[in-house]
Amino acid sequence: MQLGAKRWLIAAVLVAFGVSALSGYFNRYYLGIAIDVGISIILAVSLNLINGHTGQFSLGHAGFMAVGGFTAAKLTLELTPSVPAAAQPALFVGAMLAGGLVAALAGLAVGLPSLRLKGDYLAIVTLGFGEIIRVIFQTSPAFGAATGLTGIPKFTTLFWTWSAAALTVYVVASLVNSTYGRGFLCVHDDEVAAAAMGINPTRYKVTAFVTGAFFAGMAGALYAHHKQVLKPDGFDFMKSIDVVVMVILGGMGNTVGVILAAILLTVLPELLRGFADYRMIVYSLLIIGLMLLRPQGLFNLRRRESRSAAAN
Amino acid sequence: MSASAEPKPDSLLKMQRCTIRFGGLTAVSELDLRIGGDELIGLIGPNGAGKTTAFNMITGVYQPTEGEIHFAGTPLSGQAPQEITGLGIARTFQNIRLFPSLSVFDNVRVAFQLRQTTGMFQSLLRGAAFHRNEKLIESEVLEILDIFKLSRFRHTMAKNLPYGDQRRLEIVRALATKPKLLLLDEPAAGMNPTEKVELTRLIGFIKEKFRISVLLVEHDMQVVMGICQRIVVLDHGVKIAEGSPTEVRNDAKVVEAYLGDSHLKKPAAAVD
Repeated sequence: MQLGAKRWLIAAVLVAFGVSALSGYFNRYYLGIAIDVGISIILAVSLNLINGHTGQFSLGHAGFMAVGGFTAAKLTLELTPSVPAAAQPALFVGAMLAGGLVAALAGLAVGLPSLRLKGDYLAIVTLGFGEIIRVIFQTSPAFGAATGLTGIPKFTTLFWTWSAAALTVYVVASLVNSTYGRGFLCVHDDEVAAAAMGINPTRYKVTAFVTGAFFAGMAGALYAHHKQVLKPDGFDFMKSIDVVVMVILGGMGNTVGVILAAILLTVLPELLRGFADYRMIVYSLLIIGLMLLRPQGLFNLRRRESRSAAAN
Repeated sequence: MSASAEPKPDSLLKMQRCTIRFGGLTAVSELDLRIGGDELIGLIGPNGAGKTTAFNMITGVYQPTEGEIHFAGTPLSGQAPQEITGLGIARTFQNIRLFPSLSVFDNVRVAFQLRQTTGMFQSLLRGAAFHRNEKLIESEVLEILDIFKLSRFRHTMAKNLPYGDQRRLEIVRALATKPKLLLLDEPAAGMNPTEKVELTRLIGFIKEKFRISVLLVEHDMQVVMGICQRIVVLDHGVKIAEGSPTEVRNDAKVVEAYLGDSHLKKPAAAVD
């Protein structure tokens, strides 16, 4: 599995490239959903590093996504006219990285003071942070205030989205499946014991937070250049909850399960479009039913012991 | 490894007049404790005497209000628990604190991240050095699990282990950080007499095999008297006696505070 990890990443990027090359033949609606799925995977897998593997309950993922989205969109809006068409993919990648990095900085700024908190308290602080971000964008004229940013160039393609998703999965899985990365799981299980083993719990928590925020920022950048319109309203508390639900449904700390849940929960609302008004009811019932029947997560078929066996 | 070749420093751990207060309560008062290289010392006392608090001061969980602790010449004040583990002090907990959802293998494996060179970036790049290191760690983990006869459980989640094995795994995990001093907090708690005999043998074995010093907090007199070279007795946070097992057993203050006179051959002598 370890030897295969890098090959797996390359294979995934190649698949993304191949499928993307054919995307001209696709129905635009399905293509849009395929991109949405990729973005959901990035969000869910990166949040899984924080909430699942490291056990720090964050409700701020939409906030980090907004930071990345607005940063990247602002950059491309300002710079696209002065960049030749051939260099525009490079501009987009640069904007995506910038979005990720600014989001990671935001993650550091939120994480350092608030990671002393545990459980519900951390959840509330990250929730508050997400709302603060939204309100800042809503009131700042540079980012279009309540209308948000419009006319963002359509740079997001299936290739970029799926490649970014593959990279996210690779980074999170590689981090966790190593002796170093077992520290995240230790912090999840018992911080005091982790410190007694020479593991610095704060450093691991901040690392998880910053890494998670980076990928959320990249997802935001992809989202902005996919929808071409960015409204602060779209990054409210419910958006964070959506991602948290993917992580819980997939089984906290189970990467494969979380990917499947991200796919399911992105496609499901489209399938339920017929009963638009009842969508949220069906969705809520699904979550309640799940928590009653499978509290360990829908796709959590494998347990940690078999996972560690697979890694060795 | 080289500890036996070098002249032993007279004190590996030196606690000088350590006091810790929680609000108005003085949990430990002016405690002096010295542990030499290759020594096995028992710390005993009634419940609430401050034994675990003393442990927590040494391991950095609490900072002493007054006094100093030195380990191999390095002052421990202001160091976080993980830094103190890095200096070479490992511990177990009174209530077992394994990583319950990790396998036995992983519980020991994480202890190696302290002394290994693979970090975050190597884990991400997964180059040749990374795989070499992970292989090395794997073989070391399996070796130490073998020594303590836990390798058949290596894929079992720690929380599913039998109680005695959980205690043993906790000790193994502490040893895997390659300490110079091992602190055991009531390792015999909850064990039956057979398991206690086994534990006594295990502690002796660890001391011989790994050539480290051990500080043992324990309630079980058979265990403590059987293996400790020196015993320190605490009562209400104050050291009331220190000496060989025989000396301590016959100390009037210890008998009064803790042992009770059934331990004495001549009960009348204690009353004097």
